[in-house]
Amino acid sequence: MKQSMAIEITVGLFVAAGMAALFVLAMKVSNLSTSSSGESYIITAAFENIGGLKVRSPVTVSGVRVGRVDAISYDFDTFEAVVQLRIDIMYDSFPEDTTASIYTAGLLGEQYIALEPGGSEDNLQPGDRIQLTQSALVLEQMIGQFLYNTATSEDK
Amino acid sequence: MILDPLQQLGRAGISFFERLGRGNMFLLQTIAGVPALLWRPGLVIKQMYSVGVLTLLIILVSGLFVGMVLGLQGYNTLSDFGAEESLGVAVALALVRELGPVVTALLFAGRAGSALTAEIGLMKATEQLSGMEMMAVDPMRRVVAPRFLAGFLSMPLLAAIFSAVGVYGGFFVGVGLLGVDEGAYWSQMQASVDLHDDIYNGVIKSIVFGFVAAWIAVFEGYDTVPTSEGVSRATTRTVVHTALAVLGLDFVLTALMFGD
Amino acid sequence: MQQQTPLVQVRNLVFARGERVIFDGIDLDIARGSVTAIMGPSGTGKTTLLKLIGGQLFPQTGSIVVDGENVDKLGIKDLYKLRQRMGMMFQSGALLTDLSVFENVAFPIREHTDLPETLVRDLVLMKLQAVGLRGAAGMMPNELSGGMARRVAMARAIALDPMMVMYDEPFTGQDPISMGIVVKLIHELNTALGLTSIVVSHDVQETAAIADYIYLLSGGKVVDQGTPDSLWESASEWSQQFLNGEPDGPVAFHYPAPEFRDDLVGGGQHT
Repeated sequence: MKQSMAIEITVGLFVAAGMAALFVLAMKVSNLSTSSSGESYIITAAFENIGGLKVRSPVTVSGVRVGRVDAISYDFDTFEAVVQLRIDIMYDSFPEDTTASIYTAGLLGEQYIALEPGGSEDNLQPGDRIQLTQSALVLEQMIGQFLYNTATSEDK
Repeated sequence: MILDPLQQLGRAGISFFERLGRGNMFLLQTIAGVPALLWRPGLVIKQMYSVGVLTLLIILVSGLFVGMVLGLQGYNTLSDFGAEESLGVAVALALVRELGPVVTALLFAGRAGSALTAEIGLMKATEQLSGMEMMAVDPMRRVVAPRFLAGFLSMPLLAAIFSAVGVYGGFFVGVGLLGVDEGAYWSQMQASVDLHDDIYNGVIKSIVFGFVAAWIAVFEGYDTVPTSEGVSRATTRTVVHTALAVLGLDFVLTALMFGD
Repeated sequence: MQQQTPLVQVRNLVFARGERVIFDGIDLDIARGSVTAIMGPSGTGKTTLLKLIGGQLFPQTGSIVVDGENVDKLGIKDLYKLRQRMGMMFQSGALLTDLSVFENVAFPIREHTDLPETLVRDLVLMKLQAVGLRGAAGMMPNELSGGMARRVAMARAIALDPMMVMYDEPFTGQDPISMGIVVKLIHELNTALGLTSIVVSHDVQETAAIADYIYLLSGGKVVDQGTPDSLWESASEWSQQFLNGEPDGPVAFHYPAPEFRDDLVGGGQHT
C-alpha cells in the first residue's frame, strides 16, 4: 500500500508539472498575457497600402502596446484597405486627430500600427474612424522613387 | 518457389487492410472499456506512472538539448540578418508547433510504446491474458483500456513539458551564452506566438499523436504472435509504425492548421 | 455422487483450426463431484477442449453444456458469470507477473467482489494455506519454482470457491516431489471443497491414481473411456500402447515416409 501511495504522488506531480508547462506556454511564451482578455473597443482606420500588416499585429502608442489589429478588409468605394483596431478599454482617450501609421519593427521585423495623438479637445469614440493615416512604406517604391529622383536631378 | 510479384503485392495489400480493420475493431473495443475506468482510477494512475512518469526524464533532457540546439542554430542564422532579437520567436514557434509534439511522440514510441507492446505481448505469450479471461476478467478492460488511456493522457502533458523546457534551453544558450537581450527574447516571443494558432494547435497535435501512439502500442501488443520472436517483432513494429504515423499525420495536421 | 445430470455435457463436438480438424464429433460427460481425466498424446487438442469448455473458443458444430447452460450460445455477460464459477489452472501457471503471490490469489476476489480488505486477506491466506504456500505470500512470481507457481495458480483457481476446476497438464515438467504434492492437492481439494475436477494430462500413472473416470482422445475422437481399472483391462490395442508407453504399435514409431530402402537407393530425390 505504501508503494501505491508513492506511485499516486509521483503521478500527481507529473500531471501538475504538465499543467504547469501548459501554463508557462500560455502565459510566458504566447501573447495571452499581453493580449487583452478584458474589455476593449474598436476604431477603424483606412490605409492606401498596409504592406505586410496582419490580423493580430500590435497597435502601439509611443511604443506602448495598447491593442491589436482585429480585422482587415478592402473597401471598393474608396479603394482603400480598412483596418479594425481593437484597443483596450483602459486606453480610451485618444484625440480625434490622432494619426495612425504603419511601421516595421527592425529590418525584418513584423509590421505594426503606431498611433500618434494630436491636439484636439474631443476624443475618438468607439466605432469612429481615424482620419489621418500614413501607409506602409514599401521598399521597392522607395528605391524606385530614389532612383528616379537621382536620375532627374542629374539631368539638370 | 518464387511468387508472382503481382500476387505478392496483392497478398500484402490484403493483409494490410485486414490488419487495419482488426486494428479499428480493436480500437472500438478499447474505447468501450474506457468509461468503466472512471470507477477504478487506480488502474490508470498505475499505468500513468509507467507510461508518463518514467518517460519524463528522457523528455526533460531531450527538450533541454533540442531547445539549446535551436538557440544556437537560430542565433547563427538570425545574426546574419541582424535579427538575433527574434531568437525567442524562432525557438518558441519551432518547439510549440512542431518539435514539441513530434519529438515527444517519437521518444514516447521508443520509451513507453515499445514497453507497452512488450508487456501486453508477453502477457499474451505467457497465457496471462487467457488466464484473466478464464477468471471472468476482460483483459480489454483490465489490461488494454487503462494502458491506452494512460498513454493518451500522458502525451499532451509530456509534449507541453518538452516545449516549456526547450524554450528555457533556448533562453539559456541565446541569452545566457550568446548575449541576446533577455527582454527581447521574451517580448518578441510573446508578440509573435499566438495562444490559439500556435499553442492550442500544438496541444491538439500532441493529443492526436497520443491517441495514435497509444493505440498502436496496445494493438501491436494484443495482436502479438505469442512467441518470443513475435514479441520482438511487435515491439519493433510499434516503434516503426508510430514514427511513420506521427510524421504522416503531422504533415496533414500542419496543412490543416497552418496552411491558410 | 452421480445422482444428478452431469456437470459438463459435450455432444457431437466438431472443432477445426483452419484446415486441421481437431475434434471430429466427440461426446463427453463430466460427473458432478468427480475427478475426470482427459488423456491423449501431445497435440490431440486437450488444452483446446478446456478452452472450449471455458468458452474461450467456440465449436463449429455440437454443443457444450456446463451446469445447464449452453456455453457457446451464452452472451458475453452470462459467459463471464459462468466463468466465475469455473477455475482454471494453466500449464504455465499464468500468474500475473507484476503482482505478488498474495495479490495474484486476491486478484479474482478483488475483481469480482467488494469485500473489505481484512476479509480479502483472510480468504487469500486460507487459500494459500490450503496449497501450503502461506509463507510465500510476499514473493513475486519470478521467484517461485515451477511447482510452486502451479500451486499458487491452484490457490487462485479456487479463490472464488468455484464449482469446477480445470487443470491443464498439472504434472508436466515437475520433479517427483512436487508432482506428488500436486496429485495430493487435486485429490484433496476435490473432496474437501466438493469440486468437480477436469484434469488434462498425458502422465498415465499420476492421473490414474486420482481419476474417477478417464477419457482417451486421439485423432479427434474418443478412442476409449472408463474407470482407470477398466481401462487397464481394455482390449483396445491403442489404449494398451498409450497406457503402457510402448514405442511401437497402432501409433507407428515412424512418421509416414516412403520405404527406407527406396529413399536410400533413389538418393537426393527429396525435393
